[in-house]
Amino acid sequence: MSASRSYDAIVIGAGHNGLVNGAYLAKAGLKTLILERRHLVGGAAITEELRPGFQFTTFSYALSLIRPDIVAELELTKHGFMVLPMPHSFAPMENGDHLLIGTDHYRNQIEVARHSQRDADALEDFEHLMGMVVQAVKPLVDSIPPNIVSKEPEELARMAALGSHLRNLDPKVLHMLVRLLTGSSADILDDYFESEILKGWLASSSIIGSKVGPRSQGSGLVLLYHSMGEYDGIFGKWGLHKGGNGGFTQVLARAAQAYGAEIALNSPVTAVTTTNGRVTGVALESGVELEATVVVSALDPRRTFLQLVDPRELPLDLVENIRRMRFQGTSSKVNFALDGLPRYPALGDRWEQYRGFINIGPSIDYLERAFDDAKYGSYSRRPYIDASIQSVIDPEMAPPGKHVMSCFVQYTPYHLKESDWDTERENMADTVQNTLERFFPGFSNLVLQREVVTPLDIERTVGLTEGNIFAGEFLAPQMYFFRPAPGWNQYRTPLDGYYQCGSGTHPGGCVIGAPGKLASTQIISDLREKAWGGGLPR
Amino acid sequence: MIEPTPFHARTAALNRTGLWSHWAGQIVVERYDLDPKVEYYAVRNAAGLFDTSPLFKYRIAGPDAERFLAGVLARDVRKCRPGQAQYTFWCDDRGFVNEDGVVFRTSSDEFLLTSAEPNLSYLRNLIGYLRVEVEDVSADYGILVLAGPGSRALLASLATETSQLEYFHLTQTKIGSAPVIVSRTGYTGDLGYEVWVESGDALAVWDALMEAGSSRRLIPFGNLVLRMLRIEAGLLLIGVDFRSSRFAWTDEQRATPIELGYGWMFRDLAKDDRAFIGRKAIEAELAGATSRWKLVGIELDWRRFDDAHRSLGLPTPKIDVPVEEAMMIYSLDREVVGFSSSFMYSPMLQRHIALARVPLSLMAPGSPVQLEIMINHRFYPVGATVTRLPFFNPERKTV
Repeated sequence: MSASRSYDAIVIGAGHNGLVNGAYLAKAGLKTLILERRHLVGGAAITEELRPGFQFTTFSYALSLIRPDIVAELELTKHGFMVLPMPHSFAPMENGDHLLIGTDHYRNQIEVARHSQRDADALEDFEHLMGMVVQAVKPLVDSIPPNIVSKEPEELARMAALGSHLRNLDPKVLHMLVRLLTGSSADILDDYFESEILKGWLASSSIIGSKVGPRSQGSGLVLLYHSMGEYDGIFGKWGLHKGGNGGFTQVLARAAQAYGAEIALNSPVTAVTTTNGRVTGVALESGVELEATVVVSALDPRRTFLQLVDPRELPLDLVENIRRMRFQGTSSKVNFALDGLPRYPALGDRWEQYRGFINIGPSIDYLERAFDDAKYGSYSRRPYIDASIQSVIDPEMAPPGKHVMSCFVQYTPYHLKESDWDTERENMADTVQNTLERFFPGFSNLVLQREVVTPLDIERTVGLTEGNIFAGEFLAPQMYFFRPAPGWNQYRTPLDGYYQCGSGTHPGGCVIGAPGKLASTQIISDLREKAWGGGLPR
Repeated sequence: MIEPTPFHARTAALNRTGLWSHWAGQIVVERYDLDPKVEYYAVRNAAGLFDTSPLFKYRIAGPDAERFLAGVLARDVRKCRPGQAQYTFWCDDRGFVNEDGVVFRTSSDEFLLTSAEPNLSYLRNLIGYLRVEVEDVSADYGILVLAGPGSRALLASLATETSQLEYFHLTQTKIGSAPVIVSRTGYTGDLGYEVWVESGDALAVWDALMEAGSSRRLIPFGNLVLRMLRIEAGLLLIGVDFRSSRFAWTDEQRATPIELGYGWMFRDLAKDDRAFIGRKAIEAELAGATSRWKLVGIELDWRRFDDAHRSLGLPTPKIDVPVEEAMMIYSLDREVVGFSSSFMYSPMLQRHIALARVPLSLMAPGSPVQLEIMINHRFYPVGATVTRLPFFNPERKTV
């Protein structure tokens, strides 16, 4: 890279959204450069061999929300896209029993009926209605939201179209949608179910990544979000990409490069350069300056608006909104290299239950109590754990007979009241390990190595503010029209040529790719309009 | 009575679904796992084991064995050297396909031939004065398919020399104390092997393979998954993608190797002096370009498939269970021009694919067609594109 190099587009940050964005821009014919601060692409979707033969998914650990249109349009299967099935979900109970959900409809009914006869078919009603809601919101997820503060005819038309879409929904679906967007998951689940283990299992998806308990208003929104993905057409199902999510971002990188995008590693950006409110390029920490017509930030909104550019160049309302935006990361990872499979006493030597997630969250009370600790500024004494022994699903992730286990942990608030994460890191991991030991006696004897990733570590390593895994909390006032700020939800910024495409934009959070894609749609359409692109066909 | 295969004691113990299929009078597992995708991805990502014993197996041996098969089989078997195998057709004298199968050459004067249907009388009736014997050895052997990216290392841990085995080559070796024939063949479109074992040794060989694969998550896969794999691999299934000429009522039901997409077998026909059954007709078909249609791959336009469902308020179904019944193919001007015979959603390719018969004018890759899809009991033509076969063709398959 020489100082004189200039690009049509520079994307800052090679997380999955940055890679998706760069791939689409390159595919559209733009000379595109993707800059990554670290020595590897992927952002929070990476896989690292921390011990010979053991592949750790340091941060994010499964796939569901990635949009199928992105997989098809970027021809990802040509570059190794392969999502392995996670057919089971295993929820151990404190009394030694368990709930084991699989892919067979009637087996699941029988299993649920073990815990509550009436919940068996209630689960079907619930899942069907959730499916209807997901189908109803899908078009909103996969399109650029209207600008709610704009009076432009185009935006008014978009608002009208949105209104008509909602008006045409089945009233039952619309009502459930509103309940999810505004209410608590516990309220909704209590309407359907009586079994504590079933409710605990379902409610777990309503807290992941968020500083809410299942009884908090707002947990419904998190539940909806985690139900919006699909696995080969089945809503709400998750899979494991070959090699973990790092395997997935390597596929994205290959696709982006195949379309002609350049990727530069070890290239931290210090600032986006501007002249008279118009972007001119980026300045690297190395002192190199690069020119570009378009600069896209894949970083979170705080970094996009308050760090990469001078906030004094921005409208004060926007600066205030971004300052007010809530992050407060509350999740950690504790990943293990294991000498063998853990043993769940009630299941003897069976191992099929590990082909998926292991959900340590046996009741709504358990989850809510875990949240109580976080409310008062400490990490959960009995944490919620979303674990998966990924080498059972993809045997190549660990040496034969050995295993890697990813554990997503809540609640571990970024701001600890009485201590700090550099002090508490190993204590928290001990709490996690002890919790696992309670459900899987002998677990600790299997541990060969442990990787602990606190919210502080997420912030330091990946750059996500306060370690929030969604690059901005999933709260109604931070979604759709308002993600990341009212009026700036269409991937543009007040600076001409400066765009945003990270998870802090709609419909971001999780490995979904849509922010990257929708931002590229907006950029390409703007370039055509303003004829900046030079070679872009209209 | 339906018969067990030589591996039945083991497959029965592992079949957790209770679902079985009947295949050539024998009972085989339809699927072991409640989620067939687990078996499917075992093959595409790790290793899977399949009991393919119900295939009919013939030993063709004698000083004139090569000469005999060179006249019976459409593809030039003389090029199949000892230690090699060949996928081949045998046709009637009008150039229509009777059957397809794989021929394994175990020595200069001995061959093994597998087929899906019985062929003993057909083969014996063609011997004439040649010094060759055709023997049905179907019951003498069990055959296992071991397939997947992990299959090479797994098999090599039991029989070192198999690691060097090239695509469509075979070797005679031992697994434990059991003599086996291992060939780099299969029906999966992936790196894989077939292991022939004498029926009496079948369980010991099964156990040895499963034991060697236990730490590599080797799992058995059933008939359903084999049918998924073979469509992605572009491999034909008799009775589904074509019909034997021997049992067809009219020529419309018959197919030639060239129509089925295997014209490459006759690339060197000019230099090949064999008088084989069907030769004149095949020559005439090549010279006059008289094929009536071509079997091709087609890929459904995912966006149009999506839109068709979305406009009706439905989620997009992505069902990987093969549909092995005819679905109409239309030209862009809405005329019925052919049909698909095997259709599925391919998890590896993340799109719907089909094996289909189209007119020669639409056989070129990239040709636009439409496939008739039923949604809510009504037919909708959905855009599709002719594509090169096989759909899925990883480098590891042949390297």
